Amino acid sequence: MRAGNKLALILLLTPLLLWIGLLIIIPHIDMFLVSIRERVGVGKYQISLANYWTFLGEPLYLVTFARTAIMSVLATVLTLIIGFPVAFFIAKIAKGRLQSSLFLLCLVPFWVSELVRTFGWMILLRETGLISNLLQWLGLVDGPVELLYNDVAMIVGLVYTSMLFMVVPLVTTLESLDDSIIEAGYDLGGSTVSITREIIIPHAMPGIVSGSIVVFMLSLGNYLTPTMLGGKDSLWFTELIYSQFIVRFNWELGAAFGFMLLILSSAIIWLLLKLTGQTLEKTMT
Amino acid sequence: MKSKTLTSLAVLTAFGLGLAGSASAETLRLLTWGGYAPDEVVAMFEKETGHKVEVTLSNNEEMIAKLRATGGRGFDLAQPSQDRIAGPQAEFGIYKPMDLSKIDSSQFIASMLEATKANTTVDGEVYGVPHVWGTSGLVVNTAMAGSVMDYTDLCNADVAGKVTYRLKRPTLIGFAFSMGLDPFAAYGDEAAYQAIIDQVQAKLIDCKANVKTYWGGGDELMNLMRSGETVASMAWDTGGWKLNADNADITFVAPASGALGWIDTFVLPAKGKADQAAYDWINFVMQPEIAGMITDVAGNFTASKGADEHVSADLKARYQASFPPADVDNIKWYPPVPAGLEALEGAALDRVKAAN
Repeated sequence: MRAGNKLALILLLTPLLLWIGLLIIIPHIDMFLVSIRERVGVGKYQISLANYWTFLGEPLYLVTFARTAIMSVLATVLTLIIGFPVAFFIAKIAKGRLQSSLFLLCLVPFWVSELVRTFGWMILLRETGLISNLLQWLGLVDGPVELLYNDVAMIVGLVYTSMLFMVVPLVTTLESLDDSIIEAGYDLGGSTVSITREIIIPHAMPGIVSGSIVVFMLSLGNYLTPTMLGGKDSLWFTELIYSQFIVRFNWELGAAFGFMLLILSSAIIWLLLKLTGQTLEKTMT
Repeated sequence: MKSKTLTSLAVLTAFGLGLAGSASAETLRLLTWGGYAPDEVVAMFEKETGHKVEVTLSNNEEMIAKLRATGGRGFDLAQPSQDRIAGPQAEFGIYKPMDLSKIDSSQFIASMLEATKANTTVDGEVYGVPHVWGTSGLVVNTAMAGSVMDYTDLCNADVAGKVTYRLKRPTLIGFAFSMGLDPFAAYGDEAAYQAIIDQVQAKLIDCKANVKTYWGGGDELMNLMRSGETVASMAWDTGGWKLNADNADITFVAPASGALGWIDTFVLPAKGKADQAAYDWINFVMQPEIAGMITDVAGNFTASKGADEHVSADLKARYQASFPPADVDNIKWYPPVPAGLEALEGAALDRVKAAN
């Protein structure tokens, strides 16, 4: 019996271990080895930290790095602010069919690929696009307005792309909150603000944190949205990594960039967990 | 009894022939550009030779990156530009030498074949033969941006905010020529090249306010030009001719300082497995009629001798309007890029993108 259990455990673990080993650990080791290589001549390499020094010595890379992090945090906060009321409505106020159809509505945009969704935003926002034409038709503006190719368009795209990943964990945690606790809060003379602050948000904290982690990671690692909606000033760190690998044939620097991004995202998530007093185990259950 | 033996003999023979046939028929995995292997041509080739063709579409950088990632495995024939062969070959060893005796050189325009062979020679071995050639220059809406005659004119005040170009190496090279510099002459000297790149970088940063957005893909450019959101751009000749078909005002203009000429080639990846099929494909598509069909789809002319006669009259007329004979002589053909220069260019392009 015990031997059977052991076998079952091994069989169940094998796919997971293969996944982690083959697709995560081994490629990372390989990438680390590439990142500490320096090209010294045609086809000749030596081990050195030159790529990391290049990263630290070039203000452009550091600025892009910081910009990507700040914009991702901003996108995450905005997603939370927009997503929280939506999730609360779905979990607590909507009932029956309305509840499931609202939930479905959040899901619908994800039935098409991210590329199509981004193109959709381009059609809406461009100079000859829908919104520009509508504003002109209403007589609010004189000439065509360009809404695309700026940071606001980029943030809108990022928030839209990751909304679902904030709403789902929030709905799940909010549903587990007993309505009678909120009623008790009102009975004891609490205002809507104080109840939200003292009861709802603390209860939803694990959902908020896990949603934020997912949205932050998605924004930080997003390539398509910043490139397509951001325009000429939209330097995003993943774009730098892509161009080092594909356009410049400079895998060594690209790998170093990749590692810096990994360190950055881990650091920010660690900080987030510390600030909110959550642990990774608690938010993932 | 006798008839039975005969039948079985016939069956055996047929079987044997079938085996022989399948042994020489190979699967050709072709890594190429959009339009270079039209379905029609692929079907004709499969019917004539028995080989099967699998087409993967890509661009210069991705082709090299793909082959580099696998050490030259996964494809049997690739089509990078001729200036991108010697450098990557010296650095990564991703191609194998061509056996020129297997190629019917009489089908090629002799001068183009010789130039490509010279540019793709590494350690005395030839790695590439030419296929499709074309130029990049300016695509201009002549009704609204008649003043744009050269790359630097894209920075003129009268087209402010209505300009688009790519943030890639052709832009650096084009602007350098337009500013009276000669980047190709400085290819061998990294310090001199860096000096040129620095000047171009400063110019591009100055010019940035004029740019609406840096285009990334052909469709994006088409949309921008067709909708009138931009009136002048840097692009390929075929892009201009395609737009010209929709809107007679928009066309390709060869810049005063010279259009930039590229030749896409055939090369054999180092670990390709179907060399015979690859040579068969090269000889097949270089036939004048087939080359004419490819030109009609891709929009660009080929290195096949006599193929012009098989090209549609429309395309020929557009070509002649954009390229008076003097402009053809003024085309600046890309010489091979020495290994390592891309890193210098890349750093400059990143700085332009980040500048405000």
